[in-house]
Amino acid sequence: MKVLVAVKRVVDYNVKVRVKADNSGVDLANVKMSMNPFCEIAVEEAVRLKEKGVATEIVVVSIGPATAQEQLRTALALGADRAILVESADELNSLAVAKLLKAVVDKEQPQLVILGKQSIDSDNNQTGQMLAALSGYAQGTFASKVEVAGDKVNVTREVDGGLQTVALNLPAIVTTDLRLNEPRYASLPNIMKAKKKPLEVVTPDALGVATASTLKTLKVEAPAARSAGIKVKSVAELVEKLKNEAKVI
Amino acid sequence: MTILVIAEHTNSALAPATLNTIAAAQKIGGDIHVLVAGAACGAAAEAAAKVAGVAKVLVADNAAYAHQLPENVAPLVAELGKGCSHILAAATSNGKNILPRVAALLDVDQISEIISVESADTFKRPIYAGNAIATVQSSAAVKVITVRATGFDAVAAEGGSAAVEAVSGSADAGKSSFVGEELAKSDRPELTAAKIVISGGRGMQNGDNFKLLYTLADKLGAAVGASRAAVDAGFVPNDMQVGQTGKIVAPQLYVAVGISGAIQHLAGMKDSKVIVAINKDEEAPIFQVADYGLVADLFEAVPELETLV
Repeated sequence: MKVLVAVKRVVDYNVKVRVKADNSGVDLANVKMSMNPFCEIAVEEAVRLKEKGVATEIVVVSIGPATAQEQLRTALALGADRAILVESADELNSLAVAKLLKAVVDKEQPQLVILGKQSIDSDNNQTGQMLAALSGYAQGTFASKVEVAGDKVNVTREVDGGLQTVALNLPAIVTTDLRLNEPRYASLPNIMKAKKKPLEVVTPDALGVATASTLKTLKVEAPAARSAGIKVKSVAELVEKLKNEAKVI
Repeated sequence: MTILVIAEHTNSALAPATLNTIAAAQKIGGDIHVLVAGAACGAAAEAAAKVAGVAKVLVADNAAYAHQLPENVAPLVAELGKGCSHILAAATSNGKNILPRVAALLDVDQISEIISVESADTFKRPIYAGNAIATVQSSAAVKVITVRATGFDAVAAEGGSAAVEAVSGSADAGKSSFVGEELAKSDRPELTAAKIVISGGRGMQNGDNFKLLYTLADKLGAAVGASRAAVDAGFVPNDMQVGQTGKIVAPQLYVAVGISGAIQHLAGMKDSKVIVAINKDEEAPIFQVADYGLVADLFEAVPELETLV
């Protein structure tokens, strides 16, 4: 079974981002970029499926600038077999990304597509669901467990209040939640080997996809800051303040 | 202009987040139609009809909608919503699951987790884990939007008398099926709806020690949450997680116990009205956002707090 994994290049999760002075966006000059954490979990899940003998080939795809080749190489070092970069210097919205992924799905015909549930930059949580709609496939979002059984995949999902398990016909789309697995680190020999694995670069035009968006970002601001309050000396003082000053209990 | 609001419900009752979503619809302005898609969901539809400001309730009662499978529900919403100006759903796990599928079926972009309505086409939403707020404008024919409940005060659950109309939906798409669910059973209020939330972090040391928080919560009528560190350490299940990758809460009172205050946690609770932090490390970043900070050993302070409230 062929598995397609989509990954995104984003600002590293340890970076504290700052809003630009002209409110046009956040300042990404000279900050560390990494693979989106939820995408790392997606790659790991695909690699584990291959180790179990369920997956036969892992194709990793990214939509982004030329520099996203770094994240694709990381995925290859973690165990993906080959990579595709749909190169676009523009920042694309989820619908455009989903349409580009649909074109890749049509070409590659994977049985399972695994994506992160959301990226930590735009926080949209849309692409997997949109790809499922465009492909006409079933979707298992926010997965904490994935089990392929015959022509179906059972996905246990993190939902409000607990867990839900659904059975999806293959081919299907899965998006990862945090507890699905703990991604491994790439070893040095695997990083060296990854440099020789195939990486194909295509353009949105070549895939025949228009990427225009109906959304426009007018401005980006820093959130309202919350100032520190006071330190109380005892539990008794805390209870007194909560009752008489804040009046919340 | 008609705004279609997708009700969040349990078939027998309307979930509180629906009331916040209707509040966002009122800010946009227009006739508000609420869709209740479920199975044997008459009671939820009746509750929706009583909500202040609702013009009409559409009920799609069909076994295929019993478990809100997106493969079945999304085509129904897209069909009903294609003539509307806006389609809104709460940014719950269910809303997040279904609505992007609806948007793609309608070939429009989606705007996720809005926290304010600037005008009928312009909205604010957090990005980068709440470290920046973007103002976005949409020129889409149908604006498909998920609403972060904490950004809008709930409308009154009573006072309306909307007409209830049955709509027929398509049959089961036959792509997916419900296998089972494990929902945590609790008498405490739901995290995102609670007026008081008490959360524990890595400082709790293990899952058993969360009993201290449960006891205090039961006395205050509070919900209990946790930081991602506590969830990752396996102390408590993930659905208790408060933070960017978990639940976003904004109660009247938030008590952070043994939580250092990582950015990712702050993104989930910094809009709370009053924040209390109890931590033995006086340098913990949580004190920078707390209205009342107490530097103390939580294993002494929490039991004492319980006896005094």
